[in-house]
Parts: sequence; structure tokens; C-alpha cells
Amino acid sequence: MSALSDLLRLDIASARKGLADKQFTARELTEAYLAAADDARALNGFITETPEQALVDADAADARLQAGNAVAMTGMPIAQKDLFCTKGIRTTAASKILGDFKPEYESTVSGKLKADGAVLLGKANLDEFAMGSANITSAFGPVTNPWTPEGAATPLTPGGSSGGSAALVAAGAAIAATGTDTGGSIRQPAALCGVVGMKPTYGRCSRWGVVAFASSLDQSGPITRSVRDAAIMLGSMAGHDPKDSTSATAAPVDFEAALAGGVKGMRVGVPREYRTDGMPAEIDALWQEGIEMAKAAGAEIVDVSLPMTKMALPAYYIVALAEASSNLARYDGVRYCAREDGGDLTEMYSNTRGTGFGEEVRRRILIGTYVLSAGYYDAYYKQAQKVRTLIANDFNTAFNNVDVLLTPTTPSAAFAAGDVDDPVAMYMNDIFTVPASMAGLPGISVPAGLSADGLPLGLQIIGKPFDEASVLQMGQAIEDAAGFDKTPRLLAGAKP
Amino acid sequence: MSNIEGRDGEWEMVIGLETHAQVASKAKLFSSASAEFGGAPNDHVAFLDAGMPGMLPVINQRCVEAAVLSGFGMNSIINLKSIFDRKNYFYPDLPLGYQISQFSDPIVSGGWLDIELEGGVTKRIGVTRLHLEQDAGKSIHDQDPYRTLVDLNRAGVGLMEIVSEPDIGSAEEAAAYVTKLRAILRYLGVCDGNMEEGSLRCDVNLSMRRLGDELGTRCEIKNVNSIRFIREAIEFEARRQVEVLEDGGAIVQETRLFDPDRGETRSMRSKEESHDYRYFPDPDLPPLVLEQSYVDELRAGMPELPDAKKTRFVAELGLTPYDADVLTADRDNALYFEAAADGRDAKAVANWVTGEVFGRLNKDDVSINAAPVPAGELGALVDMIKSGQISGRQAKEAFEAMWADGKPAQTVVDELGLSQISDYSAIEALVDQVMQANMDKVEEYRGGKPKLIGFFVGQVMKASKGQANPASVNAMLKAKLDG
Repeated sequence: MSALSDLLRLDIASARKGLADKQFTARELTEAYLAAADDARALNGFITETPEQALVDADAADARLQAGNAVAMTGMPIAQKDLFCTKGIRTTAASKILGDFKPEYESTVSGKLKADGAVLLGKANLDEFAMGSANITSAFGPVTNPWTPEGAATPLTPGGSSGGSAALVAAGAAIAATGTDTGGSIRQPAALCGVVGMKPTYGRCSRWGVVAFASSLDQSGPITRSVRDAAIMLGSMAGHDPKDSTSATAAPVDFEAALAGGVKGMRVGVPREYRTDGMPAEIDALWQEGIEMAKAAGAEIVDVSLPMTKMALPAYYIVALAEASSNLARYDGVRYCAREDGGDLTEMYSNTRGTGFGEEVRRRILIGTYVLSAGYYDAYYKQAQKVRTLIANDFNTAFNNVDVLLTPTTPSAAFAAGDVDDPVAMYMNDIFTVPASMAGLPGISVPAGLSADGLPLGLQIIGKPFDEASVLQMGQAIEDAAGFDKTPRLLAGAKP
Repeated sequence: MSNIEGRDGEWEMVIGLETHAQVASKAKLFSSASAEFGGAPNDHVAFLDAGMPGMLPVINQRCVEAAVLSGFGMNSIINLKSIFDRKNYFYPDLPLGYQISQFSDPIVSGGWLDIELEGGVTKRIGVTRLHLEQDAGKSIHDQDPYRTLVDLNRAGVGLMEIVSEPDIGSAEEAAAYVTKLRAILRYLGVCDGNMEEGSLRCDVNLSMRRLGDELGTRCEIKNVNSIRFIREAIEFEARRQVEVLEDGGAIVQETRLFDPDRGETRSMRSKEESHDYRYFPDPDLPPLVLEQSYVDELRAGMPELPDAKKTRFVAELGLTPYDADVLTADRDNALYFEAAADGRDAKAVANWVTGEVFGRLNKDDVSINAAPVPAGELGALVDMIKSGQISGRQAKEAFEAMWADGKPAQTVVDELGLSQISDYSAIEALVDQVMQANMDKVEEYRGGKPKLIGFFVGQVMKASKGQANPASVNAMLKAKLDG
């Protein structure tokens, strides 16, 4: 292979071939990424870098390749969102409150990738406790979107909460990365960074060892450079886990093999309620192009209705924040996190949590506590749960008639940090991704075009529960048709 | 009844009990850490029990089984679908910041149990519900001058909270209820019932009202951990409330603590300070769904419970209701008795168990399982009396020796040379010998002094060194003297 930077442009599928054909070693591939670490640092994509670990992993991968028992992920230099607990490696959830927390255990998903021989480059930046849509709530500073134009006054955000993961993959600073998606935290940053992001069906990937935001919604998934890579990586991450009572017992699927299925005759629903008032013309236009691409690939387009769509976002913010308020109660300064002393117990709690959590996390805990309080529970939490059931019913009805749904991923292209300063306006970023989250459905975002400002835009495909195969097939069709081959300005290893 | 006589009339107690019974299980309710009592502080702690990030609960099937069995034991309905909720509050010994419990949809609802009162009276006490929940850890305030220490060994241990209806009307009834509940749980093997170690503890809800009046305001006395303390707490609290009410005051709804040293209850916190627990279904745990076949199987495998055992002891073994009651109050006692009585005269064995055995257990302060005389050996001893090999008095002597060194009945009897001569010819020889030596007394007897029979019996027994069967001696002497 020629320049190191060429190695940085490979996706998993081509790197796998290169390794198998001995064009380069896993160590060379890893070293290429480590050499580009300065560029990743400029984006603030990592909270913790693990170069020594990466080389150990790479050598182990080479030994495996040599021995002929390598699997698809063997030797792939990836980033783990810093929400996955990694044994002996600092895990922060991008929060001050976790202090110097080093877990004594490895999350099931990161452990599976490790077991398959993936190389750990480091822990990717994110919104604090995965709460945010712009990666600006991280206690370790914001992440820069590699698509930020030259001379921009303020850097563009990569979206969130898996902003570090998406930015690193887009910039060529990691071949792929894990993400977690609660209301859009994989799909939205993937769209804003011009990469592929897949949230599988709730229960497909174990939540054990992943710092919880909202237990009934949290789901891990891959952020990659291609749909095929997403299929490959998801295959490594998925599977039943007896340690997670909400983990699905669905039979394992060879997602990569499923890609061959194609989309001919597939029925693609276009939900009319997603055509919101004030939707930017370029988003609408991209959606139309997507519909044409699906048609051209042999799919049939069906107009469908999801009447509860506009209720999804408010209901989501009640359910998710209620759960979060309870899930984050354990960070109390008593056992393992950064304690701020006080005159008495209540003051210690108050000081610890008041200084340890950032503003957005505190806001969400307060809202979540409020909606669960006596006298408000019925009006908020219970109603939201009813809405959630109705949303799932909407999808079920639609899926009686179609195989997948096609929508835009986000209501806009990447924005600058200061452009959205109202928290509720920020929440609107999730408007297209949240309904599928509420119903636990699989969804993927595939880069499909550029905005007028030359920024990537994504299309979302939503599928039936545990039918990731159809989602990936349609994703592949969109990817093939869109031929998105643009690269961001800030590209790792691209400097002279 | 034990209503309280106030200054100007009678008051009635209304009591409901919430009992926390620790499930007899190796592991905790949602983690694999040991649920054993004791251990060095923080020795029995899984990552989940310490509230580590990303850790998730997985239900311990043994605890589910215990709840279902207990439900059957209390004649309750087993709910095939129940839900785990989070009860949210902050405390240092609550690592998750919430307790996983069951709030709106418990695993067991409804039911009752019958309690035995003085004079053979039975009263039926309603059971509202039983649900599964986690225990908290322990905050230790007296080990360090400045700091509170936390021991998480108990954190996450499985508890069954059993709530009674407010059907209990006195301290005696409360004691009888807890005694009965404890017996049932122990029979089922679902709780060891050890109140000293906290495996079983009660919250007492008590209010007072004038006879026939509406319910009064109640107070809750938390964590009372012995049956004696339950009685004392109720007696004290009832009098306290009557005093307040008769002085024209009002009872404040509050949580109180029983101080066993001073025999009084004290206010812990009032309702105004009470928490808003923000219960909601735990999203980490899907609803607990039981198959009917699973529940049926557990029911089919149920051991015999105290009431059924008692009825059988009276009807089939011919015991008095009193003895049957005493023998069935505790599962281990009942099992010991049944093993000893197997194939024997049950009434005779019952007398031995309730008399000698319980007497020695009390004296030595040990439980039946630690009795040095195994059930089979007690049975063997009773057999020897029955066959006439030894006398009742000899048996008591042998029993003392067996208790002292744990040897089998036959060995002890042999070693002590205890045996009763029932052999006809051996007795006849002794009788003849005694009559020959006392011909004057023989004449007197035959001359009309039948009371002298006692003298002859005494002489023969003496000659046999006490080993002759007194009944045989008596019969033979009568025949020969009257002959």
C-alpha cells in the first residue's frame, strides 16, 4: 500500500480484504490511525486515547490473521463511544461526575467487538450522559464537525449525542465507531457528518455495561462509512445477553449476507405526517430524490399515515427524562464518583450533583423528577406511556402494508453551536428519529446528498421490529443510488 | 379481647402488620452476590449492588418461587403478570438511588391465615398482598466519630413484604399472627424466620378508636424485630394514643421507632416530611410473567402446612388438639415428632417430645435440629418401654444419658445395665424365694391382710434390683398368694 493516508480511507469491507490479502498488516493499519491522532485531536473527537492498547490489539489481530481464525472485525481500528464501560480504561460518559472512573468490567457490546479482534483507538466524545443533539454538553468540550467550512466563525456541531463517534468516522480518524441511540443519537450525528448510522431494534444489542440514559429507549449501534460496514459491525455487536433482561432472544442474523436480498418489489412507505410545516425545501427535495432512488431500484412507493407523529417528541421527552432522573440517581458521591463535601448529607448530595452534572443534565433530571412526582405522574408519565403505545400501533398498522419507511433523518444540515440556544429548539432535531425510538424500531441514516451550503444530509429508513435486514437492503439501495462520495474538509492524514 | 379501658370508656385497637421476610436464597433478588447473613462488611456485593454504571438487574427465579409458594401458603391469588417498580429516594445505603419493589401490580394478592388464640379460639386475619422487593444496605453511625460507614452486604437481598388487613385487635393477636406467618414460611422453606438476624421483621400500623367508631389516625412503628417487642410496642403505642386522644389531642400520622431498652415508641418522621417516592415501572425489567403450568407445578409440590398437619395429627394419630398444636407450631419440631413417631404409638411419642425433649431443648437453649437425641433413637427408646424391656422410669434415666453423650438408646441401656425382667420363670424364682423367706407374712396375708401384697412386691423388686416388670410381679404374687 502506498501512503498511510490511503489506509485511512478504507472502509471495513475493503480493509478486511486488504488484511486477508496481506496487502498490509493490522499493525500497519492501526499505526496509520495513530499517526493521524493529531487530526482527531483537533476535532476533540476522543475523550481518552488508547494508543498502547491499540497496538496490543493490532498485534493480537495479526496473530489471528496469521492463524487463519480472523473474523470480519479483526484488526479494525475503532472508537468506542465513552458510554460503554471498558475494563480498566477510564469511562466518563462525558461527565465531570464520574471523575476518574475506571470500570472493573467490560460492557457486553464492547466486549464482543474486542473478542472479534477489533482494535481500540480510544473512547469517543459525546454529549454528557448522551443528553444532547450537538455534542456541546460534554464536560470535555465540544466536538468539531469535520465538515466545518474554512474560516467559519464558529465550528459546526457534529450532532449528538454520538458526535465524537460520527466526527471521527467521517474525518477518517477511526474506521468505525460504536454509538448509542435513545432518540436519534446515532442517526442524527451520522446524517450531520455524512456517514452511516444504524440503530437496531430495541433489545438487539445488550445494554449491559452501557451507562444508562433512558433504559426503555437506549440501544447501541454502529457508525460506519458504508451500509455494508454497518451490517458487518452490527453482526459483531448484536446478540442475546442473559445479563440484560430486556435483551431480545431473537435468532442471530447474518446481516451482511442479508444485503444481497435487494429491494426489488419492496414496499416503501412515505409517512405524510413527516412533511412538517416549515420543512426546509432542500430537505424535502432530498426526500423526493430518495423516493425516486427507491423507485428506480425496483421498490414500490406507498403513501402511509402515522397520525401520532407529532405527539412523539413531547411524549419522548417525558418518558426519557423520567427514566433518566432515576437512572442518574446513583451518581450521589457516596461510592465511586467525584464527591463534593457538604455540612450534612443533603448538602453533600446537592454539592456533588450540582457541580458534577452539567446544565443540560441537571435540566433533564429536574424535568424527569417533576413528571414522576405525586400529582403529575398521571398527567405526564402515564399519558406519555399511552401515547407511546399509540405510536407503536401507528407503525404496526403502516407495516401491515409496507416493508420499510423512508424519511429524512434530520430537519436541517449541521449547525453551529451558538445557532440553537433554546433547549426546546435543540430537542426539535430529533423530530424524525424519535418516533421509531419510541416504538423500538430499527432505523438507519444513510448520507444521500448535500445541502446548499455543501453539508451532508441523510435519509432515514425505518423497519419492522427485528427486520434490520430490510432496513439494510434499502439503505444499500439508497447508498448505491446516491453515490455519496464527498469527503469533509477536515480529513485525517490529509495534510501535506 | 384486650381493649383498653380509658378514663371514660373502652378503646379498641386496629392493627395491620407489614412483615418483611427475607427469601431463603443463595443469591440476591437481582444479582448473583451472596445473600448470606454476616460476612465481612461489603463482602457480598455485586457491581449491581454497588450501583455501578450500566449494571442491570436479572430476577432470581428462586425468589419468584418463594413468593408463589408463600402466596399459596396464605390462600392467596398468584398474579400471572406482575410488575417491578422503582421506589426513588436518596440514602447512602441505597446505591441505585431507588429500591426495586412492586407497587401497583404485586405477584400475590388477597388471602388469609387463621391464628390460634387462648382457649382454642381461631381468628381469620386477611392478607392484602405479598410483593418482592430489595433490601437496603446498612448505614453504621457508631464506628467512626465523624463518618457514617456503609455496608452493602444486605443491599439487594430479596424480601417478601407481606401486608395484612387491619384485622388484628390486640398485641396477642399480632403475636399469634406473626407466629403463624413465620411457621408457614418456615414450613415452605422460603424464609428461615430468624428475627434476631433480621430475616423477619415487622412494621406495625396501629390506630385507636372508641368501640364502633370510625377508624382513627394511625402511626407506623418501623422494623420491630421480635415477637416480644411487637407486643411491647403495641401495648405502649396503644396507651400513648389513648392518652393523647383522651387529653383532647389528635394523633399525628407519622413513622415511629420502638426502643426496646426503654420499652417505648418515638417519633421518626411525620407525614409532612415523608418522601414522594416517584414510583414508576422499572424499565430495566419486563413484566414478570408466570406460566400457569409453572404455578400449578409449584402448588403440587407444596409441603403440608401447619393447619393441615395439626388436623391430621388429631384425626389420624389421635393426639389431643393441644399436643397437635404444640407439635405443629414449628416445622422442625413437627418433622422430628413425625420421624420419631413413625410406626409407633404416636401419643406416647408425643408425650416424650412435648415433655422430655422440649424440656431439655428449653433448658439447654438449643433448637430441635441440634438435639443430641435423634428422632429415630427417641423412637427406639419408646419401643423398649412398649415391649417391656425397660420401665418408664428407666427410660427417663436412659434419655438423660443419651442427651448427655449422644449415644444410641440400646447402647445406653446396655451400658447402664437397664433391663426389666419380664421373663416368667425368672420372676417366678424370685417370687418363690421371697415367699419362702417370709412365710409368716404369707400366713398373715392369707389370714386376711391383702394389703401386704405391697410388701411382697417391694421385696421382689428389691431382689431383682428393680429390673423386674412390676406388673408381672404383681400378677404372679397375687396368683401364688391367693392360690
